[in-house]
Amino acid sequence: MYTLGIDVGSASSKCVILKDGKEIVVGEAIQVGTGSTGPKRVLEICLEKSGLQLEDMAEIVATGYGRFSLDFTKSQISEISCHAKGINFLVPTARTIIDIGGQDAKAISLDENGRVKQFFMNDKCAAGTGRFLDVMSKVLEVKLNEMQEYDSRSKHAASVSSTCTVFAESEVISQLSKGLSKEDIIAGVHQSVASKVSGLVYRASAIDDVVMCGGVAKNAGVVRAMERVLQKKITVAPTPQITGAIGAALFAYEQANK
Amino acid sequence: MSRIDDIIKQLEDIASNPKKAIEDYEKETGKGAVGIMPVYAPEELVHATGYLPIGMWGGQKQISKARAYLPAFACSIMQTVMEMEVEGVYDGLKAVLFSVPCDTLKCLSQKWKGTSPVIVFTHPQNRVIEGANDFLVQEYEIIKGKLESILGVKITDEALNKSIDVYNENRSVMREFCDVVAEYPQIITPKLRHAVIKARFFMEKSRHTALVQELIAEIKKAPVAPWTGKKVILTGIMAEPNEVLDIFKEEGFAVVADDLAQESRQFRVDVPNGATPLARLAKWWQNFYGCALATDVKKVRGQMLIDMAKKYDADAVIVCMMKFCDPEEFDYPVYYREFEDAGIKNLMIEIDLEAQSFEQLKTRIQSFGEIL
Repeated sequence: MYTLGIDVGSASSKCVILKDGKEIVVGEAIQVGTGSTGPKRVLEICLEKSGLQLEDMAEIVATGYGRFSLDFTKSQISEISCHAKGINFLVPTARTIIDIGGQDAKAISLDENGRVKQFFMNDKCAAGTGRFLDVMSKVLEVKLNEMQEYDSRSKHAASVSSTCTVFAESEVISQLSKGLSKEDIIAGVHQSVASKVSGLVYRASAIDDVVMCGGVAKNAGVVRAMERVLQKKITVAPTPQITGAIGAALFAYEQANK
Repeated sequence: MSRIDDIIKQLEDIASNPKKAIEDYEKETGKGAVGIMPVYAPEELVHATGYLPIGMWGGQKQISKARAYLPAFACSIMQTVMEMEVEGVYDGLKAVLFSVPCDTLKCLSQKWKGTSPVIVFTHPQNRVIEGANDFLVQEYEIIKGKLESILGVKITDEALNKSIDVYNENRSVMREFCDVVAEYPQIITPKLRHAVIKARFFMEKSRHTALVQELIAEIKKAPVAPWTGKKVILTGIMAEPNEVLDIFKEEGFAVVADDLAQESRQFRVDVPNGATPLARLAKWWQNFYGCALATDVKKVRGQMLIDMAKKYDADAVIVCMMKFCDPEEFDYPVYYREFEDAGIKNLMIEIDLEAQSFEQLKTRIQSFGEIL
């Protein structure tokens, strides 16, 4: 039995096809999200790579901010539940999840069965999210996927505000004009994200094992900064960007078996 | 249209168009309205003059002009009140009654930009001593004198006692209404529940009471059906705008009770008997409990909510945290720990009257429903 999970986020679209609720047949992410061609494209890529048709899917579940915008499924589950499900599948020992996506950050605490106990999300503010890093990468003229390398070469992280993306952007511009290195500024940017998100993680109790997912988890600089702030070892989920889609596909499997 | 729909529509129309409610009242009685700023005030004093007390709880509105007078971290009730005040929305009011239980209200009371005269008074926060009552009686004497002078009406003890009776009856009927809603969530959605309660801020209370009594009688004619969704209790200052309540409905949440300052906190305690009507009104403040704006060294709010959850068989408590309301923020960690210890599921959502996008809120509430 094949089931499909699709996670339509604000900045990216992710899709996973599962076989018998156990085996990931294919999992893909495209870096454009809701309101774009991303959901359709990522679906087409997954179907093409797997050699399957949409009709082959026993059930489809959508998640993410764009979960209500898809016409090929009526089943929507929130990304909180889907990330928890996906992480529990990938890292069963996880008790705290840090998910940093394009426009929000979440801390989720799980019970011993992998069920969501409590969750906390950022307020209406881009600080501490992928969008914050996106803005900084443009100001610094460093590609997003290269930021972690710059961070690793930093000697003294600069101080960057964690309260507001706009203020932080002007701070970074000011630091550039003072001649601070991009390495130190980027390390400061990562530290800023960690400071912001750690507030949510503390509220969720930060019980081990702490697992990170979401697109930002691919940035080792942010992960290291989170470890420093929380004083905890953090496990990065395998394929961190598609954990929500995996969870959605797992829910789809459960629904198909009902 | 059924009689239930008809009554609810009347109340909804009043709740959504206070300006018309004031105009209608003025046409009918020849008397105008007196604004009552949040959170608690002896409205009975205004009622006894024959003028219409009007609740001023802001509204869903974008803020621009108010930015000149209030910092960004003032709550959106005060921001939207200031915005409308600058726009002249309240200029028709004969007076505005201001309690000042928080820093923002204190500041706002001193920078009123409308043309209506403002009457400011203070609730004593050391509430348990008898001197607190003496102080508050004096405050109410001052309000009474100012209202008499501004409105040109003598407030007699007889009229005031009568108004207290009218208000106590309304309080009692509203408590009954909330209990009836808990039994009939299929009929009264969270938004309709709120509209019925909110309408009491813009109507002469005995008329509101009569309509709600009729509504209760009509609702009770229907059989009680099992509720397949979730039952929740709301706590906080308010649960607006309506989009928030619509999301509750979409996610299958019934509001079976509340501890909102704009709703049940207004009517959960009656004005008691006493030697004089002003002493009775003052004693209400001492008997009132469980609100962040009324000092409570014993912090009974958490246990009160836990007891409510048990009484109404609620699945969870939803904390409607007014953005930038520091008194409410300070209470939260205390009762959050008590909820966790008692195994009461809970969710905090942010309330902001300026909000235009509700996607994140939808995600939070849907996720919470999935957890439950």
